Amino acid sequence: MKIRVRFAKLGKIRWSSHRDVARMWERAFRREQLPLAYSEGFSPRPKVSFGLALPTGHESLAEYLDIELDATLDLELGAGAEQLDLEALPARLSAALPLGVDVLAVAPLEARAPSLQEDVTSCTWRLAAIAADGHAAVGEEEMAARVAALLAAPSAMVARSRKGVEVVDDVRPGIIDLRVLGATEAGVGEGVWLEAELGTRPRGVRPSELLGALGPDLAEAHVRRLHQWISRDGARWEPLGLGGTTAATDAPHALERAS
Amino acid sequence: MTSVWSQIEPILGRVSKPARYIGCEDGAQAPVHSPAKAAWLLLYPDAYEVGLPNQGLQILYEILNERDDALAERAYAPWVDMEHEMRGRAIPLFSVDTHTPARDFDLLAFNLSAELVYTNLLNCVDLAGVPVRAADRGPEHPLVVAGGHCTFNPEPLADFVDLFVIGDGEEPVGPISEAVRAWKAGGRTPGSRQRLLRDLASQPGVYVPSMYDVAYDGQRLVSVTPKYPDVPEKVEKQTIADLGAWPYPRRQLVPMTEVVHDRLNVEIFRGCTRGCRFCQAGMITRPVRERPAEQVRQMVSDGLARTGYDEVSLTSLSSADFSGIDSVVSGIINDPTCAGQVGVSLPSLRVDAFTVGIASEIQKVRRTGLTFAPEGGTWRMRQVINKLIREEDLYGAVDSAFSQGWRRVKLYFLTGLPTETDEDTLGIAELARNCVSVGRRHNKAVSVTASVGGFVPKPQTPFQWFGQDTPAELMRKVNLLRDATRKDRGVQMRWHDPKASLAEGIASRGDRRVGAVIEEVWRRGGTFQEWSEHFDVNLWTEAMAAHGLSIDWYVHRHRTEDELLPWAHISAGLHDDFLWQEWLDALAAAGTPDCRWTPCYDCGACTGYGIEHVVASPVPPAGGSQGTGQDLGSGGVRPPALLGAVPVTLGRRNERAQ
Ligand code: SF4
Repeated sequence: MKIRVRFAKLGKIRWSSHRDVARMWERAFRREQLPLAYSEGFSPRPKVSFGLALPTGHESLAEYLDIELDATLDLELGAGAEQLDLEALPARLSAALPLGVDVLAVAPLEARAPSLQEDVTSCTWRLAAIAADGHAAVGEEEMAARVAALLAAPSAMVARSRKGVEVVDDVRPGIIDLRVLGATEAGVGEGVWLEAELGTRPRGVRPSELLGALGPDLAEAHVRRLHQWISRDGARWEPLGLGGTTAATDAPHALERAS
Repeated sequence: MTSVWSQIEPILGRVSKPARYIGCEDGAQAPVHSPAKAAWLLLYPDAYEVGLPNQGLQILYEILNERDDALAERAYAPWVDMEHEMRGRAIPLFSVDTHTPARDFDLLAFNLSAELVYTNLLNCVDLAGVPVRAADRGPEHPLVVAGGHCTFNPEPLADFVDLFVIGDGEEPVGPISEAVRAWKAGGRTPGSRQRLLRDLASQPGVYVPSMYDVAYDGQRLVSVTPKYPDVPEKVEKQTIADLGAWPYPRRQLVPMTEVVHDRLNVEIFRGCTRGCRFCQAGMITRPVRERPAEQVRQMVSDGLARTGYDEVSLTSLSSADFSGIDSVVSGIINDPTCAGQVGVSLPSLRVDAFTVGIASEIQKVRRTGLTFAPEGGTWRMRQVINKLIREEDLYGAVDSAFSQGWRRVKLYFLTGLPTETDEDTLGIAELARNCVSVGRRHNKAVSVTASVGGFVPKPQTPFQWFGQDTPAELMRKVNLLRDATRKDRGVQMRWHDPKASLAEGIASRGDRRVGAVIEEVWRRGGTFQEWSEHFDVNLWTEAMAAHGLSIDWYVHRHRTEDELLPWAHISAGLHDDFLWQEWLDALAAAGTPDCRWTPCYDCGACTGYGIEHVVASPVPPAGGSQGTGQDLGSGGVRPPALLGAVPVTLGRRNERAQ
């Protein structure tokens, strides 16, 4: 029996890394004594698989992980003490997780469901494009013009580093959608809010690389992943919508930052 | 008290491992500051990932926050990239709990567990916006406090630290909090700082260096004299009599990012009387105070349930010596609530087959490597240092380990020990080689790593009079060992940088004049000296020269019995004649038994303070030979295949007790 979990990562805790988050989950599972399935072998690990890594420092309303429960557990029949109440699970897990990591939804998963890493094709991001050190801020109008130019361009070559090696790549195919939301408010840094849908394959485009394509005078701030998407055969849905559905809604209660 | 989080946040994207600066640990507290509470900032002057697990700091964090008149938060040394960003934007050192500037606290209290962090202490004080020299501070500045093992020679930091707390900190922090709260309530008027320090100087366990005059005659230290009649001539360490009365930490901090020792840690006893003569920790923490086994079990099960950790470390200086350790360990392993998925680790395994038996029980799954610390390469050497491990104990331990599936064994040794000859040094290679031979009976692919550290003599130990080897001599010995093991496929050699041992030697046994050297190393950018990528021995040697101090005199010279040592006015309870007799016995290669199970020889640690060992078992643990008073006549005897025999002499300890 597999279940998929959708969770948010907001506030100070966003400065923890993908690996740190994996460790938080392992401790939370043990605290709650969830009946997880374990791998075979000398050092059994719980069968948990995380989706796309979230860069350290970015927030998210759409993180996912799949967990496999002990096969002896029967959800339908509820075998006595081993029954797992899926409805109560988000609250239980959120309480065992650090402040800022909140479980938004859980749902059973088909045994044959592809892994998150294989399935997810794009992500929607919201970010502030503010002035890089030593540069003037770019205003709303100027940004709108740059966005239009980028979307009209056949290619956008950007230098990006992968494992310390600089490569120049065309990121344009990975920019699926991009729009200006408006000027940033005080406290964020002078600039504009952007919302972008960026592809994850063959090589994912990062929000910082998107800014690279929009100009060398921009720096990212307050980056937040809003959605992950699975697109197939012309249809698009979330790996797990809020409330266990596949409808693309936002989570208004989780929009406030935890700190 | 305003949080500086909004200033910190924009720079976190530019620094490595930003989670080091966010706090958010499970167990972290967010105390509310108020004029009625003495505000402590507990600092570990090294990187977060090294400092966070420190148990001493966590214990005080809880004890202080339980008090009505005090509160405590934590801070760690910002890594060099973070420091660069902070200085560039004038962001002060801050607490990780509420991101309050360090300067807004009443006390900056440092935990000092290694000498090479001294420059980081200065850097933290400076980053806090507080003058680094105590004499330059006024009523508007917090008090700079230090505790921990290094404070048993406080003199190198005497110019920078307002007060030291010597020994166990659990009790002294109470009266200090009261006094500081009153100081705060009185409005910290001009001159009040001096009065406060004078009052604190007479508190038990508190040393206020500015209340003492120091006189020299040329290089020689002549006297350290209290300036006032109410200031004690000698500061006695504080010792909690009953560890069971202090079940802390109750809520161990669970970090949000990777740290060393990332597991539940439960202290099972404090103090050690094995009597290893090089070991400062053992000498200054006497006597042995065990935690009741039932309390250990409770702390383990509560801690695992609360934290979600799947590993617990039972900590102490020699955990296999805990009375009934085997039943405590199997109790944890077989606890049904742990479902057989909890690992137990014992730091510092004792060298014998019994201990390996326990290890095999607790490491059912991951049998990667086991570590033992024979410290000396020959039986004679081990008698000198009083680490009375027989070769048969070592081979028995190694045989047991390899037969039970371990493939790698690591052996810790010291070189540069008193009376060490090349034969003793080469004994390290021979022991390692023999361990490989023992292992090959079980598995062809075994490997033995010999890790060799340069010995640095420490204050308040029998070796405090010994002249440390020069880096060149240490390197010569390391090279002897490299040559000797070059052709041995199963033996790997590792060694500690002898230059770092030199810097540690300067800071360990220095007097107040060394303070200027520490300051200069810091001013020239020498922080994080514990880290090889930042350590620079030239900073230290050049600073010594610049201040006209002789490295040879401070580090490599043997001291005489009549010399006034810089730490003589700080007492770990040990009688001077006990330490001196131990030194003579060392030179005569005579051993001293463990007073837990043999008659007291009045070292002073109990007798002077009206306390005693708290040990549940009246008999030595099974399998341990070292210092238990049993016949060690076979100490140097090797198994038939590995010849050699040296007789043992036991010291006159028992005589002195009568
Ligand atoms: S006073 Fe006696 S019993 Fe106590 S530590 Fe010293 S020798 Fe051991």
